[in-house]
Amino acid sequence: MKSNTEPKIVAFCCNWCSYAGADAAGTSRLQMKPHFRVIRAMCSSRIDPELILDALKKGAWGVLVAGCHPGDCHYVTGNYRTHRRIALLKNLLQELGIAPQRVRLEWISANEGGKFQKVVNEFIDEMAALGPLELAGQPTAKEAS
Amino acid sequence: MKIGVYVCHCGGNISEVVDIKKVTSFAEQQADVAVVRDNAHMCSDVGRNLVLEDIKKHNLDRIVVAACSPQFHGKTFMDIVEKAGLSPYVFEMANIREQCSWPHFNEPDLATRKAKDLVNVAIAKVKLDESLERKTMPIGKRVLVVGAGIAGIQAALDLGDAGFEVHLVEKEPTIGGKMAKLSRTFPTEDCAACILSPKMADVPSNPNITLYTNSTIEKVSGFLGNFEVTINRKPTYVNDNCVACGICEEKCPVKVPNEFEQGLTTRRAIYVPFEFAVPYRYLIDEAKCIYLENGKCGNCKKVCPHDAVDFEQKPEKIEVKVDTIIVATGYDIFDAKEKKVYGFGTNKNVITSLAMERMIVHEAEGRTTRDIGRRIAFIQCVGSRDEQIGNEYCSRICCMYATKLSQLLKRADPKKDVYVFYTDLRAFGKGFEEYYKRAQKTGVKFVRGRVAEVNEDSKTGKVMIKVEDTLARQIIESEFDLVVLSVGMIPGAGTKQAAEVLRMTRSPGGFLQEAHPKFKPVDTLSDGVFICGCAQGPKDIPDTVAQASAAAARAIRLMNRGVYAVEPITAVVDEDLCSGCATCVSVCPYEAVKTEIVNDKRVAKVNEILCQGCGSCSAACPSGASQQHWFMNNQLRAMVGAALGEEEE
Repeated sequence: MKSNTEPKIVAFCCNWCSYAGADAAGTSRLQMKPHFRVIRAMCSSRIDPELILDALKKGAWGVLVAGCHPGDCHYVTGNYRTHRRIALLKNLLQELGIAPQRVRLEWISANEGGKFQKVVNEFIDEMAALGPLELAGQPTAKEAS
Repeated sequence: MKIGVYVCHCGGNISEVVDIKKVTSFAEQQADVAVVRDNAHMCSDVGRNLVLEDIKKHNLDRIVVAACSPQFHGKTFMDIVEKAGLSPYVFEMANIREQCSWPHFNEPDLATRKAKDLVNVAIAKVKLDESLERKTMPIGKRVLVVGAGIAGIQAALDLGDAGFEVHLVEKEPTIGGKMAKLSRTFPTEDCAACILSPKMADVPSNPNITLYTNSTIEKVSGFLGNFEVTINRKPTYVNDNCVACGICEEKCPVKVPNEFEQGLTTRRAIYVPFEFAVPYRYLIDEAKCIYLENGKCGNCKKVCPHDAVDFEQKPEKIEVKVDTIIVATGYDIFDAKEKKVYGFGTNKNVITSLAMERMIVHEAEGRTTRDIGRRIAFIQCVGSRDEQIGNEYCSRICCMYATKLSQLLKRADPKKDVYVFYTDLRAFGKGFEEYYKRAQKTGVKFVRGRVAEVNEDSKTGKVMIKVEDTLARQIIESEFDLVVLSVGMIPGAGTKQAAEVLRMTRSPGGFLQEAHPKFKPVDTLSDGVFICGCAQGPKDIPDTVAQASAAAARAIRLMNRGVYAVEPITAVVDEDLCSGCATCVSVCPYEAVKTEIVNDKRVAKVNEILCQGCGSCSAACPSGASQQHWFMNNQLRAMVGAALGEEEE
């Protein structure tokens, strides 16, 4: 994903529900736009908001975080943490002048291949309409170091 | 650092979409990549040996396999890497099948580009992998089996016989489940009670099985090797003194429909569920007992010669610790009232197949409970294969039980006219097709067509059926004495409750989801939790018994060695960076993190046995001191960079 003319989406999926849901979409041959890259973590609660910002900084047009449905988290309460963190992050994005819809949180279970397909296609379309993220002040060499 | 990259064709599943050559030549250009190969089936013996030999020959110290999902073959390759003498955690998989070639088969160019990115992501991560080692944990031999129908009974007996400690929990006052209600079993026509009751009797006589009837699981916490279960036992108001003499029953003034007999007979408020119930002991129906309602009867207590009636019994909470769990919570029959067009509940001559099972038992025992009539119609697929009521699935048993019931009726009285109106006749099992042929020869009339109308003649009470015979292409309007609805299966109330308590995923029909439909049919995504029988999906008795034994064997596989391997992907704290703020302590769902003083400084400490490796604490840590092995901060960032085509620095 080098050029910046097509949407680039990073999808963080938890191992137990949403990554299996992504697999289920593929196993059912549900066709999706290929502009997303899944990164697996054990739980959606491993996904540090800073990591999401890192993805946006590195050129992602949008970041999807997908976890188990409320009450179904493999780690009991992990997805509730995710829920709160993403809500805070969206507030922060707003403050920074970044469209909060660039970060999307979804609950996708292991058998919801259809939902995974729908969410991904929808999100890619939405990000395509929004275009690449133009960060006002790209860091100077000094700041980056 | 020397990385080996292996790209799988998956016999065309990948290579028909993804240009493998482009992926391998991309991999060859990446820094530190020493060997790149592709193979038709990386998971085959040939493919595995390729990895094994390359590691030794080329001194590879990192491996990337681009193939199917890590959830499918991750373990296969980790085992190979370990066999070659490396840590199984210096390995990554790029999922270019489920998440690339399959969902993007119309766009081969973009799919190839994505496959390269996914390989790049795996390379970026593998470079930062630490040489973690699998640890072993002690595990005991204790199993919780939830549900004591034929599935739970079979699993419990297999485990008990193998020397494992079984806690068998049943929500009803007796074990036996739905099978206990059946007349005979297809296609052999064994009497259901005759083959089930010996197995039921084996349960209390097995020294390794503790039985909890009238009980449900209220709470389960912990994990494989360490589950803590709270069992809630409802009072029966009859204690162990009961010898089932039956004197109490004679004096009970309450009469209510007998649910075991599908309301065809009545029972008292103090009763034994049925004649071969286990435990064979009276209990009081607390919703119907006069004494429990207003204190104004107590006849049973007065007449009991053994002082067995105890109105003071209270619900009891029992805590047990187990290592593995088998869920065998079964099904409920579809509530035929929901299918209003068939008139069940308003038309007294429309009954369920389960009622017909009981009527046939009663006939055989010479105690007719209601007139069967001369003309009988079976309507198939009631609550199954019906999108209108939201059940798309086939219940798998109704074709064969209707075939059974119809020919039992016909054989008992050849003068009866017995019709089966079906959608498709599915006789898929061993001996089923032969059994269906026999029913046809007996004279049962099988008509293909979904019944459109069922109307009661208010004068005669007979039932008029309107249906199109789709083979003969004619509309049939015919009168019957009795209409039997072949009701399908829905997930049982116990299955729904168990799914909630154990946080199990359910399939679209609401039954419990297996870890893999073909290779892990009784495992779930939770380690140490297994499923079997109709809790997993509709099935007949032979399949249920086979699955129950399979679940027992899978549980034994984990427990038998006394130790099991745990993944070392736990949290780890850099004590130099840690400020002792204890944010991690507050987010841990397992109380696995605590703070303590080390060298005059408060720091967080992770208990690696309790830590389950979610990584929530690592995400929460404000100073980057808390990290998760195999998902370290630098690894996640490197993966993000690689996914977005960032050049390596």
